[in-house]
Amino acid sequence: MTDKKDNRESYLQMFKQMVRIRAFEEQANQLYLSAKMPGLTHMYVGQEAVAVGICEALTPNDKITSTHRGHGHCVAKGADFKQMFCELLGKEEGYCRGKGGSMHIADQANGNLGANAIVGGSAGIATGAALSAKQLGSNEVSVCFFGDGALGQGLLYETMNMAALWKLPVIYACENNLYGEYTKVEEMAAGDLMARATGFGIESFEVDGQDVLAVNNLTQELVERARKGHGPFFILLNTYRYYGHHVGDINREYYRSKEEEMLWRKERDPITNFTQLLVEKKISTPEELKSIEREIETEAEEAVHYALDAAWPDASEVDMHVFASN
Amino acid sequence: MREITFGAAVNEAIAEEMRLDERIIVLGEDVAEAGTPFKVLSGLVEEFGTQRIIDTPISEPGFTGIAVGAAMTGLRPIVDLMFGDFLFLIMDQLCNQAAKTHYMSGGKLNVPMVLRTNMGATRRSAAQHSQSLHALVAHIPGLKVAMPSSAYEAKGLMKTAIRDNNPVVIFEDKLMYNDKAEVPEEEYLINFGEAEILHTGSDITLVATSSMVQQAEMAAKTLAKQNISAEVIDPRTISPLDETTIINSVKKTSHAIVIDEGHQNYGITAEIAARISEKAFYYLDAPVQRFGAMDVPIPFSPALEDLTVPTAQQIHERAVLLLEGKL
Repeated sequence: MTDKKDNRESYLQMFKQMVRIRAFEEQANQLYLSAKMPGLTHMYVGQEAVAVGICEALTPNDKITSTHRGHGHCVAKGADFKQMFCELLGKEEGYCRGKGGSMHIADQANGNLGANAIVGGSAGIATGAALSAKQLGSNEVSVCFFGDGALGQGLLYETMNMAALWKLPVIYACENNLYGEYTKVEEMAAGDLMARATGFGIESFEVDGQDVLAVNNLTQELVERARKGHGPFFILLNTYRYYGHHVGDINREYYRSKEEEMLWRKERDPITNFTQLLVEKKISTPEELKSIEREIETEAEEAVHYALDAAWPDASEVDMHVFASN
Repeated sequence: MREITFGAAVNEAIAEEMRLDERIIVLGEDVAEAGTPFKVLSGLVEEFGTQRIIDTPISEPGFTGIAVGAAMTGLRPIVDLMFGDFLFLIMDQLCNQAAKTHYMSGGKLNVPMVLRTNMGATRRSAAQHSQSLHALVAHIPGLKVAMPSSAYEAKGLMKTAIRDNNPVVIFEDKLMYNDKAEVPEEEYLINFGEAEILHTGSDITLVATSSMVQQAEMAAKTLAKQNISAEVIDPRTISPLDETTIINSVKKTSHAIVIDEGHQNYGITAEIAARISEKAFYYLDAPVQRFGAMDVPIPFSPALEDLTVPTAQQIHERAVLLLEGKL
């Protein structure tokens, strides 16, 4: 691990944010397993270093677009547990008043333009946000998160082409977690993944998506350059989702082995490895980190209870917000 | 009053609004120097520059998606979709993204964009450049759909669309671009959801959209010669739809034909006819008639293509039959 954002505060912030994502997701998974959550959801556990490494390099005004596996991006961009759980449970106090749910959660105040239930569906939105930044001179950068599965979508290539032609401040962050739904990436994506962006003349980088510092350092550099008009950029982040495609995808042996899952959890866990680094570098102590974890877990539990007790939207909400007022 | 063409009216509406609001941009294929194949946007790039009149690659879903994101973050894009037939290419970005964003975000995010495209057959452009697909988008909650039938409406509706905080799709009849009409020099807007009664009458109501308005008016004139008094209503926007004006007219005339250039099956004619049947049933003396384009892909051959679109003569014939109790 290399270090750039090297003050104790920012290291601990990255640790906290990764732990927050994991605590959130473990609670969300329990809500599903105990049949307390309507519908289903897609777990981000295992990929925490990607969302945190990138979002910690952004300001709240910078925009992101997210995916169906979007809770991690939402937390990393600064969202609050209570409003998130309320949204997952379809409650009125949710970020989208319960109308979006897990796959459409958006947090405009923190620059999260929303999760998207169409794979690759937000490539246009992120690129459009970058066009706005350029036109309006806001100096903002936008990050388009998408999985390896989105590499099969034409929209991504159309928008990368335009972003390159127009030198837009957008970073395409491809989270390669090795599987698109229930199929291995190599069965779906021919050729070199990086070449998909370099073909457009977009500078492209590959990084260990389990190493929060590596992700953060690279992103800081690219964000800075994007603000100067050197964008767009493409980052391939190699990572792994610990759970299945969605919470109901329990028996996964037909597409990946338990040994493979154990290997990533044991040897490549972003939180375990970062914990070790923080202790080794004497940035923190195991006790301090443990107590941060406990505090966050308690906050997550409380937020779940809060959301379970929160009110449903009133029936009068059903046809509200179809159109914006003029 | 001065007369200008439909195309010039669209151009004027966009130029006027762009002068008022710096956040407005136009993007699409060949919108800048080329001014589109129909030359509707000619001159805009000279005034507003390539920063605001943006030529895109031939990537309809891509530039529509970019417009959605730009609209969510402070710009007010006008997307130029060269042919209405290309709607099939952009359905996800328009219907899954633009239309639903405001609702899915619980009212936090807006998508103030205009998608201007066209419709209309009989230009010998065959099945993939001739369709009238407005029913597809009018079906989707969250989209507004305007269908101007004259230069006057084209300007007023375009200006209203640009100022709307929602995604609006405007269908222009591509055969009408050179048609002239009176357009005031002074600024005016046309509210959405307000139909226009173009011709008052007491015997039969002809509800017609866009390209079919002229046909309905011609039919009404012929009917008048036979002492049949037809009322011609142009809804101007089909979403929102001014149901009240239509229902009130049918209550008065007790007969109605709905004419639209989209395919008849599951089309706009069916929707409006159903509303009349629901809300004016006891006033009707005959079943409401739908008259849409034939349910065939648009053929190339002029000998065949002309058969697919409703004409004034056919409208006239049907009106007579309807009033005689023969339909």
